[in-house]
Amino acid sequence: MAQTYQAQVYVTLRPSVLDPAGTAVRSGLEHMGYDNVEKIRIGKYIEVSLTAESEAAARQQLDKMCDQILANPVIENYRIELQAMAAA
Amino acid sequence: MKFGVITFPGSNCDRDVAYVTRDLLQRPTQRIWHEDSDLGGVDVVVIPGGFSFGDYLRCGAVAQFSPAMRSVMDHAQRGGLVLGICNGFQILTEVGLLPGALMRNRDMRFICDRTPLKVERTDLPWTQTYTQGQTITIPIAHGEGCYYADSDTLKSLEDNNQVIFRYSSPDGTVDNNSNPNGSLNNIAGICNKKGNILGMMPHPERAADPRLGGTDGLALFESLLQAALSVA
Repeated sequence: MAQTYQAQVYVTLRPSVLDPAGTAVRSGLEHMGYDNVEKIRIGKYIEVSLTAESEAAARQQLDKMCDQILANPVIENYRIELQAMAAA
Repeated sequence: MKFGVITFPGSNCDRDVAYVTRDLLQRPTQRIWHEDSDLGGVDVVVIPGGFSFGDYLRCGAVAQFSPAMRSVMDHAQRGGLVLGICNGFQILTEVGLLPGALMRNRDMRFICDRTPLKVERTDLPWTQTYTQGQTITIPIAHGEGCYYADSDTLKSLEDNNQVIFRYSSPDGTVDNNSNPNGSLNNIAGICNKKGNILGMMPHPERAADPRLGGTDGLALFESLLQAALSVA
């Protein structure tokens, strides 16, 4: 039976890619006195609610979504966390 | 030679391109709504600049799944000519027709300016009217125009002479000072290996009407007409 799942998708820049926004925020923090911040990397957080037959099926579908649109594999990596929701 | 210009929700340079091809060059030009998969037998598809789908998620990310883009991919794979300008270039990289990606400008600023470009190749239908190494001036207007590709991809682009335009100084010097947005190797425009797909951040359509202060961009469209003549 189909079950509802809640997924958290974390999209981050690949380590080799420069992040000018992160660098700007780091310099802002430095101006505020946080002189111990070594690095800031800014990514995206996406919540997805979906129904699927199993956790494996949900994960497989989310992987596909990430590869196709949620992340751009040329510049980004992603990580998926997934929980089954209690039936309403 | 028939031109087609795709319009997505948020495109804003589509009319400017149609003005160049239809009004200035007097060539049949079809406007194509992004939900339409029928390209109407056009020879050249132009994916114009703008902010398709509000640039949500990433620039060009959502537009790649429009029915018109599916047809553009078929057209491109058949060897048809495809030109992506600014947001159109971003869409072409998102859909995988061109390698790499366009990221936030190095200095985090939206840049609206006129930039000199060095023409690196003149053996393509896009650039026949230019001379090798010529410096042309074309406007840019973008916040995400910093070209990125991993080192293998970049090497293959260079080895195969796929870089068509580079940001340069007015005298043609290509260096960090003449790089407005941090693009790797000063890349402003690239083509696929075959040369039928061109993506560029600068706006040739904005340098086409002499009343707007320059016609260096018109030469790109004229080059296409010349190429069509030499084939026929």
